[in-house]
Amino acid sequence: MSTRITNNTDKKAEPSSTDEFIKGLWRENPVFVQVLGMCPVLAVSNTAQNALAMGLATAFVLLMSNILVASLRNFIPKQVRIASFILIIATFVTIVDYAIQAISVDLHKNLGAFISLIVVNCLILSRAEAFASKNTIGKSIMDALGMGVGFVLALFCLGAVRELLGNGSLFDVAIFPESFQEWIIMILPAGGFFTLALWLIVFNYFKVKKAKG
Amino acid sequence: MNANHPVSSQTNPSEESKKMLIAMVSIGIFCALLIVLVYEGTKERIDRLRTEALEKAVFKVLPGISNTRMFLLGADGNFKPVEAPDGKSQVVYAGYDDAGEFIGVAIEARGQGYADVIRILYGYDPHSQTIVGFYVLESKETPGLGDKIEKDENFLANFKALSAKLDPESTRIQNKVIPVKQGGKSNPWEVEGITGATISSRAIGNIIGESSSVMAPLIYNQIETFNVNPDSK
Repeated sequence: MSTRITNNTDKKAEPSSTDEFIKGLWRENPVFVQVLGMCPVLAVSNTAQNALAMGLATAFVLLMSNILVASLRNFIPKQVRIASFILIIATFVTIVDYAIQAISVDLHKNLGAFISLIVVNCLILSRAEAFASKNTIGKSIMDALGMGVGFVLALFCLGAVRELLGNGSLFDVAIFPESFQEWIIMILPAGGFFTLALWLIVFNYFKVKKAKG
Repeated sequence: MNANHPVSSQTNPSEESKKMLIAMVSIGIFCALLIVLVYEGTKERIDRLRTEALEKAVFKVLPGISNTRMFLLGADGNFKPVEAPDGKSQVVYAGYDDAGEFIGVAIEARGQGYADVIRILYGYDPHSQTIVGFYVLESKETPGLGDKIEKDENFLANFKALSAKLDPESTRIQNKVIPVKQGGKSNPWEVEGITGATISSRAIGNIIGESSSVMAPLIYNQIETFNVNPDSK
């Protein structure tokens, strides 16, 4: 994990805030490039809807915790920074939990077990540690938005493939004809690993191709 | 990671701890305040949505009803009609059809599932002495596996007419509702499980078994209490 985090710190001279946003989408995509936050990525991406809702909830927590960590970065002593970050992250996860309950009981019923998992998503902690604690509020917001959108996209890529092959549907709408034999393994944990591996192959293929020029 | 943040050796160690303490405590207080604010702000709406969901669920587990009425189970084992739950005693919901005929009772029950406590609602019809409906109110079962207890059609078919018949003295259940393996159902009081969701589906069978063996005799023997038209309060 630590080697991944240092990737972000060797920044070129003062990147613009658009760069901070764009990097999360592609060059430093939290799932496909940094391979962070694998626990929710593998667990929640069994349907497109779960993946999307989980991605949005995570992105919100990431944004709020980045803002708070960036604004408190000179106030938090280095020795207790991790504990402080966790406290801040856990607070916003609890808030998201209440908010989702207040929005819809059914949505909360679908996501219930996953919401609390956001606390242990190392993507959020790593952005707090590697970025927000060293940068201004504005930049941290752009970073959180970029990483958040990148995370949502990545989760959706996984969730869509897994639901399509494992259930023959997308957003609970049947896509394949009745005769389609569902690949049950795709909605089981093993399917998460397979799908993730395939997406990593795709990403790395393009990365290598670009590097060769 | 620590190499990037060397502990400053100039400052007095007690100064350092004081700073840490102040930072942690103030962040803690701030976060706690934030949570309390959100909790208070959403509580009313969450409670309302929950009650709505529960009321909707009552209609799902008692087919053919158009009106419900709340009853409270007192410590003496007698049911009393109430307007609102008191938060302590078990509450059941009696359902009535268009003509005001008493159809059955929706009972809330809970028990340990695979991941966490599962809260369910089931409908009991004392006239036919069967369980006629089932709905999961709250569960944290594994998505894709354990949560089949909410969706699996074969499993839900268990609860269309699940026998909860009392013995001839009407004091206890003759055959307690029990879970069996998928494809192993041979008696009307058995709940056929789901392969791949064994623990969760067994838990449902057991929750209903435990709850109905207590509630069914109570309700059956007090059927007159429920036989009132909800409009003639």
